[in-house]
Amino acid sequence: MSYAIEMRNIRKEFPGIVANDDITLQVQEGEIHALFGENGAGKSTLMNVLFGLYQPDQGEIYVHGKKEFINDPNDAARLGIGMVHQHFMLIDKFTVAENIILGREPKKHGALDMAKAVKIVKELSERYGLDVDPNKKVEDITVGMQQRVEILKTLYRGSDILIFDEPTAVLTPLEIKELIEIMKRLVGEGKSIILITHKLKEIFESCDRCTVIRRGKNIDTVAISDTNPSDLASMMVGRKVNIQVNNAPYDPKEKVLEIEHLNVLDSRKVDVIKDLNLTVHGGEILGIAGVDGNGQTELIEAIAGLRKVKDGSIKINNDDVTNQKTRKIIEAGLGYIPEDRQKHGLVLDFSVGENMVLQTYYKKPYAQAGILHNKVITKKAKQLIQEFDVRTPSEKTLARSLSGGNQQKVIVAREVDRSPQLLIAAQPTRGLDIGAIEFIHGKLIEEKKKGKAVLLVSFELDEILHLSDRIAVIYEGHIIDIVNPKETDENELGLLMAGRKKGGNEA
Amino acid sequence: MSNLLKKVNWMTLLIPIVSVILGLLCGAVIMLIIGYNPVLAYQSIIESIFLQPYYGGETIRAMIPLVLAGIAVAFAFRTGLFNIGVEGQLLVGWFASVACAICFGHLPKVILLPMSIIAGGAAGALWGFIPGILKARFKVHEVISTIMMNYIALYTTAYLIKNFLYTEGERTPTIPAAASLASTFLANLTQGSRLHWGFVVAIIAVFAMWFILWKTTKGYELRAVGFSPDASKYAGMNVSRNIMLSLTISGIFAGLGGAMEGLGTYQYMTINSAFTGIGFNGIAVALLGLNTPVGVVLSGALFAGLQTGGLTMQSDAGVPVELIQIIIALIIFFVGSGYVIKWAFGRLSRKGHK
Repeated sequence: MSYAIEMRNIRKEFPGIVANDDITLQVQEGEIHALFGENGAGKSTLMNVLFGLYQPDQGEIYVHGKKEFINDPNDAARLGIGMVHQHFMLIDKFTVAENIILGREPKKHGALDMAKAVKIVKELSERYGLDVDPNKKVEDITVGMQQRVEILKTLYRGSDILIFDEPTAVLTPLEIKELIEIMKRLVGEGKSIILITHKLKEIFESCDRCTVIRRGKNIDTVAISDTNPSDLASMMVGRKVNIQVNNAPYDPKEKVLEIEHLNVLDSRKVDVIKDLNLTVHGGEILGIAGVDGNGQTELIEAIAGLRKVKDGSIKINNDDVTNQKTRKIIEAGLGYIPEDRQKHGLVLDFSVGENMVLQTYYKKPYAQAGILHNKVITKKAKQLIQEFDVRTPSEKTLARSLSGGNQQKVIVAREVDRSPQLLIAAQPTRGLDIGAIEFIHGKLIEEKKKGKAVLLVSFELDEILHLSDRIAVIYEGHIIDIVNPKETDENELGLLMAGRKKGGNEA
Repeated sequence: MSNLLKKVNWMTLLIPIVSVILGLLCGAVIMLIIGYNPVLAYQSIIESIFLQPYYGGETIRAMIPLVLAGIAVAFAFRTGLFNIGVEGQLLVGWFASVACAICFGHLPKVILLPMSIIAGGAAGALWGFIPGILKARFKVHEVISTIMMNYIALYTTAYLIKNFLYTEGERTPTIPAAASLASTFLANLTQGSRLHWGFVVAIIAVFAMWFILWKTTKGYELRAVGFSPDASKYAGMNVSRNIMLSLTISGIFAGLGGAMEGLGTYQYMTINSAFTGIGFNGIAVALLGLNTPVGVVLSGALFAGLQTGGLTMQSDAGVPVELIQIIIALIIFFVGSGYVIKWAFGRLSRKGHK
């Protein structure tokens, strides 16, 4: 039988690393096929080969049974291959329709025919149940909607093979559910889909078959109906993994972080944190659950001294750090795993070693009298790389060239090693694969066992429910309720996150 | 893995080397078109620089301000800033050093010479600090403000000379010997060239750039802020202060470059009606030198050699000296289009594999 896409024995080598080693991927017509592997396993490289961004060193590509040479993304588009990128490529100030037609505009007498464009987009949107308003500006619609615009872009260009690159990384649980329905409808209309992911749950909810790759090599292609999550996870990582790390018993100690009557303004001078009170004890993980944009980011920034506090107080170990300089707060005992690891957590053009001392470079033993002790820094970096299993050629490698999971490990290694009294972890496992998630969860639990206070902010309810000793639900800038994870479930949390307190009253 | 590193370094080195070769080749083609003999022209440059001590000395002499200007640009660039104001910083440095030397002419050499050099550096520092504080406080882009500062420097120094230090010949008086970097020993060694002790200052500056950026905690901070102001802020660094510091240090290097001209080469300062061009050439020197200390020395040597040797090219091969500026411009053009060179070599090596 012929495949929609068949990539045979693909090999792609980069200086010093074989990203794809003899990988074969066969996608049947009309199926959702998962490409499953850890970060850095070679998924993106393989898809970039298919999309014409890289040329394979060896191997052949067949599209609908015909051998093709894909030299650039234009070739891919001509063959009906479309990519829904993880990072959207949209122009905020343009409308949905304008974004979709960009580069291939419908014309009337040589001028842009906007009415026709809107009509085409409407039709496509209805046909696939995407429910997108063509006339809205991209900056005014939700992330989930923006993703649908990306899907429409590929459909508008006539793609019948769609590649979804980690599409759920940016979505809320409800949006994920909707996306899966959309994918099923697309397949129902005769499209074929390749889903790049490292999330087991999605694979079992949406896919027909799954190809697992590990460290650039083909492991197996299996039908989803013939396998189970833990087998698939083991296949990906190459060893038995715990999908859920065992948590340690709850043994709270003295207060480490105390926030009282906190008020913070956001960048538009609007009250974003309103009279917020929160306490985190040593030896506990306090999870903050909430829908994105309810003040989580601003709360953390206020604690870290990166955003001005309008009113109220923040104490770390009884030390008032309200509106102090960030360095002073760090020295008072703050460790911080930021939400945006590439922008805020790392200097990407610094080496791994240099990144390991980003807050401590000026202190003994890393420096003395203003002179760096590079040997000590290198030694420390080597030790942390080993201890935290950072996969990097050496400590001299630029942080930029590491995979997302390994970048996160560098940050976690640095923050945990400083042994801060309070560790803030914001979306610590976003976009990471099972192996790395297991590792980072383990480290957070270890910190708790050492008697440190951990403040965990995450949009992943599973993560919050599993790791937290107490869950604080944030809604419109204040803590609407604090619940015990053992006595709650996703449904109750979901209601609280939407602002409904027990008893069904609007807060 | 070590193989990989070598490969990468080799690729980065390739761009400046290929650019120089292409620039010289294009220059040769232009000479041919106009009707000159390029072989003779280049031969006369090389022979004069390497075989005639006078031109050798003059080349090193011309290198001194070029390298200092290049170091100034490269230092700022390494910290994420584009200092176009080297020219202006150099002019105020030149003026301040000469003014200091004349005003305190009665002091002994051990005091006056270092003091005049420091005055040049300090004036450059001030000229760098102003755009620095404008950027840190009011987010004024340093490219705009440093260009503006160039003009202020040009006309301010001219005004000050005219009104306070004027002497016949549209210039300041000659500085006292106690402030001079000139040396009869070096001049005799090079058959009467103007080579002076300023090269020691240039060498120290090259070393200082490397030491500050890669060996000190301040340098670590400056580079971190240059690469990622966001991550630096999150790590507790003071981003504004580092911007000011970086432009100030860059200004010191540029100001020293001016001081070398004032205390070494010329021993006075003329009323400039146009820019010296050294500061702008410094941008080219830094670019060609990949913003590394050693690279700046090498590209500074190339530019200085071309400029000095260009004079013999004119007398021996009859080629107008202006052609040298065209060649320099071509080299810069090719460095700027380094991406194309990289791409072309990538294509070639890929074909080679197949």
